[in-house]
Amino acid sequence: MSALELADAVRTGARTAVDVLEQHLAEIRSREPEIHAFNLVTEAVGREQAAAVDAAVAAGDDPGPLAGVPVALKDNTCTRGIATTAGSRILDQWRPPYDATVVTRLREAGAVLVGKTNLDEFAMGSSTENSAFGPTRNPLDPSRVPGGSSGGSAAAVAAGFAAVGIGSDTGGSIRQPAALCGVVGLKPTYGGVSRYGLMAFASSLDQIGPFTATVADAATVYEVIAGHDPLDSTSIPQPARPITATLDQGVEGLRVGIIGELSGDVAAGSVEGIAPDVVARLHEAAAALEAAGARVGTASVPAAVYGVSAYYLIAPAEASSNLARYDGVRFGLRVDGHNTHQMNANTRTAGFGAEVKRRIMLGTYALSAGYYDAYYGKAQRVRTLIIDDFDAAYADFDLLLSPTSPTTAFALGAKTADPLTMYLNDVCTIPSNLAGHPAVSVPFGVGDDGLPVGVQVLAPMQAEPLMMRAAAVLEAAAA
Amino acid sequence: MSNAETPEPGLTREDVAAVARLALLELTDDELEEFTGQLAAVLDHARDVEALDVADVAPTHHPFRLENVTRPDRVVPSLDRAEVLAQAPLVQDDRFRVPPALGEQP
Repeated sequence: MSALELADAVRTGARTAVDVLEQHLAEIRSREPEIHAFNLVTEAVGREQAAAVDAAVAAGDDPGPLAGVPVALKDNTCTRGIATTAGSRILDQWRPPYDATVVTRLREAGAVLVGKTNLDEFAMGSSTENSAFGPTRNPLDPSRVPGGSSGGSAAAVAAGFAAVGIGSDTGGSIRQPAALCGVVGLKPTYGGVSRYGLMAFASSLDQIGPFTATVADAATVYEVIAGHDPLDSTSIPQPARPITATLDQGVEGLRVGIIGELSGDVAAGSVEGIAPDVVARLHEAAAALEAAGARVGTASVPAAVYGVSAYYLIAPAEASSNLARYDGVRFGLRVDGHNTHQMNANTRTAGFGAEVKRRIMLGTYALSAGYYDAYYGKAQRVRTLIIDDFDAAYADFDLLLSPTSPTTAFALGAKTADPLTMYLNDVCTIPSNLAGHPAVSVPFGVGDDGLPVGVQVLAPMQAEPLMMRAAAVLEAAAA
Repeated sequence: MSNAETPEPGLTREDVAAVARLALLELTDDELEEFTGQLAAVLDHARDVEALDVADVAPTHHPFRLENVTRPDRVVPSLDRAEVLAQAPLVQDDRFRVPPALGEQP
């Protein structure tokens, strides 16, 4: 059942929220030992919240649009009194003193927390293999990764552990795992969803969004969690744009451009490495939109090919600053030393994993005197080029289309030895983060290995309503 | 200090050791060796932007033009002190306790 069907059943009294939760907990008991989607299953909290929803229904009150819907929350999102680790030893057993705004809004909408999901440490990775607590496996083929960094949330939805997963997307960390696990993954416009209570990785790129089985579910969750929050100074000072009301309006007359640079056609200037089966699904998706009345052409976003280079300077630079707070003073791990400085270093050396150390050092280097202009400064100018190229493309097209991930899910361990190879997974998703634009990954068929392929719909700032209409058309065509 | 030219390729072990010190990370010799190769590969990949003429392009720091965001100066409930301190590694007299900042622990 979709999240909307579950909420409907709970609101009408056809099912209790407790019953819905128990069914999902049973799924978790059966397959979680193999998948490891969660760092923590919050059975007791979930039962309490479900009982409250049932009490509201019994009292004739409206329990909200996500009444009784089980939600799996990425473990870099703060939950008051409930361990929140970011997949890191440095925060093992830390219990935040406050809830993230998305957590508050989900609860107020009647959602029920089933657990905190595994992730690449501090959301740094594309496979969920960088977690200090071990990797998550892809429910569709446990020898493969679920993608990352929000791999636990994607796997939880794909395995039926939860109807909704919440993730964060800094360079593709919602959309890429959604594609690899065969679910819908939405990265809203930067500033659309409050980041209050999300552990900062790269503050100018991070954005929270949902994983769901259906496009309508994603639209509904977006409407619940989006909208201005005074606790996040980068939050857009407007209410959430309604998406669900226009979701079935189709794409008749819309202009959709396949991004040539991400189309796999190397002779025509595309980046290399996009698999032929993924390219085939992309063109089938474009044909489906055309059949539904869209006018499809080829768009050009020339600077998109420099996205990976710019991102892996900008994001580590911001991370090196954001992660300075993990120093053993106020929360989390402390490894003592003979003075404060040594205690700070001992704590960080013991608490951070290899990928986090790599990115902190890369960022520190990119920001250091003598290299700032050549690396960080140049990357920021490339970021402008990407935005300008998107703007030019959107003069001719309403929406853009690309693969989400260059390949289907890869084997565990296949890319861990070579960080750069892992980083290139994000080539199609990074440009949207650099521009702050929304994008959504929709499952569209399978690859030669039988595993799901995701197609990405991209839109300009705050054009989620239009973007999700196209996503709904793709969903219907793929069915 | 400003250096508009892209530095010569070849991140050294000394470079990595220096940034590790700045970032309060201690590396073993093996880690230093491994990280140097990996970080050099990433920086090398980033050299694809070298050919781009971006001298006249303004840098983007953020998707929006950031402006100061203020709120009315009203007293509102803050985080619970006991709850915050309960998460600290070491507390004394309602404060975070740390080893000596100067000198060494007796």
